[in-house]
Amino acid sequence: MTTKRLNILDSTGVNRAITRLSHEIIESNKGVANLALVGIRSGGVILSQMIAERIKEIEGVTVPVGIIDITLYRDDLSVGTHHPTLRSTEIDFSIDDRVIVLVDDVLYTGRTVRAAMDELIDFGRPKMIKLAVLVDRGHRELPIKADFVGKNIPTSRNDVIKAKLDEEIAVDIIKSIG
Amino acid sequence: MQLKRKDVLAISDLDKDEIEFILDTAQSLVEVSARDIKKVPALRGKTVINLFFEASTRTRTSFEIAGKRMSADVINISASTSSTTKGETLIDTAKNLESMSPDIIVVRHSSSGAPARMAEVVASSVINAGDGCHEHPSQALLDMLTIRQKKGKLEGLRVAIIGDISHSRVARSNIYGLIKMGASVVVAGFPTMIPVGIEKMGVHVAYNIEEAIDGADIIMMLRIQKERMDGALFPTDREYSIMFGLNLKRLATAKKDVLIMHPGPINRGVEIAPEVADGPYSVILDQVSNGVAVRMALLYILSGSQQGGSI
Repeated sequence: MTTKRLNILDSTGVNRAITRLSHEIIESNKGVANLALVGIRSGGVILSQMIAERIKEIEGVTVPVGIIDITLYRDDLSVGTHHPTLRSTEIDFSIDDRVIVLVDDVLYTGRTVRAAMDELIDFGRPKMIKLAVLVDRGHRELPIKADFVGKNIPTSRNDVIKAKLDEEIAVDIIKSIG
Repeated sequence: MQLKRKDVLAISDLDKDEIEFILDTAQSLVEVSARDIKKVPALRGKTVINLFFEASTRTRTSFEIAGKRMSADVINISASTSSTTKGETLIDTAKNLESMSPDIIVVRHSSSGAPARMAEVVASSVINAGDGCHEHPSQALLDMLTIRQKKGKLEGLRVAIIGDISHSRVARSNIYGLIKMGASVVVAGFPTMIPVGIEKMGVHVAYNIEEAIDGADIIMMLRIQKERMDGALFPTDREYSIMFGLNLKRLATAKKDVLIMHPGPINRGVEIAPEVADGPYSVILDQVSNGVAVRMALLYILSGSQQGGSI
């Protein structure tokens, strides 16, 4: 089986998507009061920081950003072979009565988001939880929908989406052929 | 990364990568105990049995809290309430517990090697919570985690371990672990307390406390364990304190950023002066906090590795 790698968003495309996501988040919240971002490890961490920077450029306000590691809340801990490696959750602000925007790079089955919501609620009672993703690739297995989407990309289950947001910024799809 | 074993019986079995993996996992779990809701669902449906044939407050409570914070069901059995008082053998006890399908059995026993023997006859993971004068792996792991948090590393540090090295499973586990992680270890105590040939483990022996603590980054004081001494290894508590006790005067000769550790329980005024144990260099209570995180990590890692069937 061979694979073909196609670029879906280049650096300019990713940046435009982040700008639009940031504007949409501000607009839907009617400003940035009471807003906080929480990036889901590992893909959502850099993205949440990029959105926070963009919001600061637009509104001049720094919103709190946290990191959530959903490993301990996964629904496959009892069926997997080895438990996945853990990293820590870092939310050093109170989430009570805040509007929390969960941020992830790719939305797929929705299981990660379910785990993140369960974990978040163990930290307090947010006023509202919203979901922002760079790419929605479909194939949901739970009734979960993103509030803010950078780009919708129809995929087959065998495809792999690679979102790179560090030095080189690009979103690629790796399609298997044959 | 994963552990290459079903049980955690001794630090001497673990390689450097495995120790690092356990410490990294434990560090990630520290945060759970700082939450308002100190519970994560990771080990839902898992059963952990704490089987303690020897007195323990810290270790047993620590394993129990660790299990409960990970949502496992934890059952405690102590020797006084177990069937061993009716003459049941260790292996029979193990097999009977095994029939009730626990996932992990945590064992403390006064005989060295008892947890290892149990691990051979049960499919559940076994964690050694201290066996005789052999090893106490979770204690060494929590000590290494504490040092790593405070010093940022283990490699290149000089650790002085003072006290009855012969009877100390804490010392033995720490010596194995610290040397594997690249630290150097110096031990000191009355000659009756230093095992013959201990230099082969890679440690340096000092026969007075001043030499041991000179230049040490960490001073680990051991408890005088009267229950394990057949006859006297030293004349009196007072003489021990004069010769090997850590007091303010001796502390003044140590490095300015030294850490004072003790596995507990403390004999105040014997091996350690109260003002040292409660002083600014002491990390004794950090050790206890880190114990919970280390044990959460062990339960998490072992309950995952079991399903892979790796032994």
